[in-house]
Amino acid sequence: MMLKCLRQLTNSVLHYFNSDHFYHVIRFKIKFHANTSMSLPPFTFDEIEEYFDDLFIEVDESLIQHLTQFDIQTQDTLLELIKKAADTNSGLAYQLAKRMQKAIDLMEIDTIELWLDQAIDVFDSKGLYGAIEVLDELESIAHNAKQKLTGIAFEEVCNMLEHFVVGLNGRCLKIETDKETYTDTETIFLPGIINKYTERDDNFQLYKCIVVHLWAQNWFGTWRSNLVNVFSQYEKPARAQQWFHVLEMIRLDHKIKHELPGIHRQMQRLCELGGHDKICDISINAGKQKNLETLITLQSRADDLLKLLPLVYHLPTPSLNFYAGCLQADQVELRREIRLVKEKDLFRRAIAHVLEEKKDKPASEFSEEERREISAQQIPDPNMPEGFKYRLEIDGDSIEPPDGVESLISSIIQDLGEIPDDYLVAAGDGHYKITADKEKIDDANVWAGTYHEKGAFLHREWDYRRQRYKKNWCALREVELTPGSTAFVKASVEKYSGLIKNLRRTFEILRGEDKNLKKQPYGDDIDIDALVESFADMTSGMEMSQNIFTKMHKEERNIAVIFMVDMSGSTKGWINDAERESLVLLSEALETLGDRYAIYGFTGNTRKRCEIYPVKTFDDEYDDKTKGRIGNIKPQDYTRLGVFIRHFNQMFETVEAKTKLLITLSDGKPEDYDGYRGEYGIEDTRMALLESRQQGIHPFCITIDKEGRDYLKTMYGSASYVVIDDIKQLPLKIADIYRSITS
Amino acid sequence: MNDIARSLKPEECFINEEPYYEAIGSEIDIFLAAYKQKIPILLKGPTGCGKTRFMEHMAWRLKKALITVSCHDDLTASDLVGRFLISGGETKWIDGPLARSVRNGAICYLDEIVEARKDTTVVIHPLADDRRVLPMEKVGEVLEATDDFCLAISYNPGYQSVLKDLKQSTRQRFVALEFDYPSAELETRIIKTEADIDHSLAEHLVKFAHMTRNLKGSGLEEGASTRLLVHAAKLISAGITPVDACHTSIAQALTDDAEMLAAINELSSSLF
Repeated sequence: MMLKCLRQLTNSVLHYFNSDHFYHVIRFKIKFHANTSMSLPPFTFDEIEEYFDDLFIEVDESLIQHLTQFDIQTQDTLLELIKKAADTNSGLAYQLAKRMQKAIDLMEIDTIELWLDQAIDVFDSKGLYGAIEVLDELESIAHNAKQKLTGIAFEEVCNMLEHFVVGLNGRCLKIETDKETYTDTETIFLPGIINKYTERDDNFQLYKCIVVHLWAQNWFGTWRSNLVNVFSQYEKPARAQQWFHVLEMIRLDHKIKHELPGIHRQMQRLCELGGHDKICDISINAGKQKNLETLITLQSRADDLLKLLPLVYHLPTPSLNFYAGCLQADQVELRREIRLVKEKDLFRRAIAHVLEEKKDKPASEFSEEERREISAQQIPDPNMPEGFKYRLEIDGDSIEPPDGVESLISSIIQDLGEIPDDYLVAAGDGHYKITADKEKIDDANVWAGTYHEKGAFLHREWDYRRQRYKKNWCALREVELTPGSTAFVKASVEKYSGLIKNLRRTFEILRGEDKNLKKQPYGDDIDIDALVESFADMTSGMEMSQNIFTKMHKEERNIAVIFMVDMSGSTKGWINDAERESLVLLSEALETLGDRYAIYGFTGNTRKRCEIYPVKTFDDEYDDKTKGRIGNIKPQDYTRLGVFIRHFNQMFETVEAKTKLLITLSDGKPEDYDGYRGEYGIEDTRMALLESRQQGIHPFCITIDKEGRDYLKTMYGSASYVVIDDIKQLPLKIADIYRSITS
Repeated sequence: MNDIARSLKPEECFINEEPYYEAIGSEIDIFLAAYKQKIPILLKGPTGCGKTRFMEHMAWRLKKALITVSCHDDLTASDLVGRFLISGGETKWIDGPLARSVRNGAICYLDEIVEARKDTTVVIHPLADDRRVLPMEKVGEVLEATDDFCLAISYNPGYQSVLKDLKQSTRQRFVALEFDYPSAELETRIIKTEADIDHSLAEHLVKFAHMTRNLKGSGLEEGASTRLLVHAAKLISAGITPVDACHTSIAQALTDDAEMLAAINELSSSLF
């Protein structure tokens, strides 16, 4: 950027002096600077002003004045940041420039960059107003940055804590960050940064203690009853809630001490470090004066504490321990209500399914008694909070719960403490069918909204100007391709029958066969020829060879190929025909080889509407339906290449194969609305292909065009590619790729 | 500790002391019945749940030699049946472990059978049905099994993929015994007995194992097996702290992923 900026300056200076000599002087200075790292004089006021004028940003003179004080490298970095903002949105750049002076005073340059990146991310998802809000948080961000030296940020530990909490037991809780620290029984919300202690490890331990405490609320049944109702009976519900939380904390501490002594020690240590009072010493009048510590024991349940609540309600509320967070009973109630209905329904359908299999008739035909045939028996299990788990039985015979039902039972027990009798009635007719497994997405509704992300795969996109990814930028969904007639495939097979034979032969050679290797040092059988030879050697006084065995060498191929076919409008005409014909040829050949392969068409219109059309999935046969779909591949909208490559990269993660091959058939012109063209599209495609490489996928791009464009080498970068304009060239090229990659 | 290792022929390997084994269900009775009726046995279950120990225990009960073959993807049919070797200017036939078992009426246990190549697994077919013979094509003989001979194979269904699954023609010749990790109570007893540690420590180890098993499918391929717990318990009884023992013998054995390792270590330090 500095070079560019200087060049801009030079150009404007040239404008005044109109002399080549001056330009050369500046070029020399830059070169000299680069070679010797000796410093150039900083930019002057006029130069900086000119720079901003070029970006069409209006700035205060005081900022320019301020910028002149720095050395040239700092100036360069700061101006670069403003340009980065300007590349995204000029309004954003203006707002950034307005705050720049203050930012320079408060933050290090690295932090300023982080601050801007954060604003750009928000800009992508929420627009300019959201981004300005982030920019306005300048002071707190600066403050946090200073804290980060000893503090621990949520991002550093969230993955680890997520594993941690799954390991602890119970419902799979998600971990997120929020202003308040609490749990809504499905997610644990944690502070974005913890900087309470001077040691990093202590701050981390505090994170852990918070997670364990909030997990314990879920696991040990804090939320069994509707607490919103309970608290609302008091004059001051907030006070009741606060007191309940204190009592719960004491109860949960007992539980944690028993179940997880290690973490309990940590909790106590942190309290001592933070200089926190012990609250258990408070005594109350329960019949006679009693200490809270003795009133709440390991066996206490949340219900027992609700009985204590009226006794303590009038007392001043003690403060909670650091790790206790807060209670959000209304949030919990919101989640719990939905979940109770959903899980009851799921459970009843699951047992209906079990009964259906057992009785071999649909649930709708069950009689009332048959519907109640499954019973749940409690069996002791010390690892469960209630000390027992359930076993499902039919007529006294235990049954294996279907997949997922075990965790469902566990979740129900967490909410209710038991499986109520009305859960054990198998779902009947109608009810069973109406609510299908997944929420159906009504396509029309999806498209009607401004954001079409529901039910879609979200992928990032590389923005070369910012040198970073735009998160969840593209929404991609699978759309069914109706099979057309198989006439096209038949015609192609006839037209190229000679070529297909040729191609098959090439591929058959590639397939490789079992070979019986001779003269091996170790093997299944004795190689008599080699043995005779070595005997002859031995008798003539030479050393006898060790290599006297034969060994069968098995050729094992384990390849998965995905073909992605460009269905954009620009392929209309002969390119589309060539694509389809190539697919026919390749499918015919791959059938010979027995390699697993899938074919997908792709097209799209803006980042919100990227679509892939499964022509043949890995599981499909190469039958008339598939052939009909190949015939039906038609040019449609645009080519946003990057997102599709990323999608297939992701798809490959679930495919087990030694060699993974991603073959793109396109016209090599990445283009879409909303700015996906030229350098941007090329760079994004290039990045996506690099990602493939990193995942161990072999990307290969077949470009069908009259002549290759000069950017292809840059775009395909790490991938191999060929440009063909006649389908007859294809077999030779493909066989080459195959040979180089698979052997 | 200065004993010299003994060298024995496989068919002479008798188990003299009772190997410790706690039955989970009726597997011992079923095995004995199948043995009596000359039906081969298939053991399935996750790694480290006691399949091999069960075989040792049964060999001890039946007073038979146990010949174990650990299958791998390069195992050929001649590795099992036998091959010609050169000795003093002439070829000499050497029995493979399977032929030895048949000849001597021993128990042949093919561990992780799915790892072996498909063409290898078919050589056990004639032995695994009512023919009970082992054709040895290279020497032109057919070896008939005596009543004593017993064939057992094992595999782990958890790791199966499309590429490595047992063929129907193979699996339908066997009586299948399913193994799983024992119940918490039983597992505690096993660890206590194997490593000689106190009860509450064993309980905590089992609880830790359950935590790692909760993580199966969300980042871990497999939870801690009973075998790993025994390893940890043995380290603890040799004076290593529980947290260190869990770290080295369980966490590191389960995964290489740094975040997962950290999470497992935090779980163990929360527990002990």
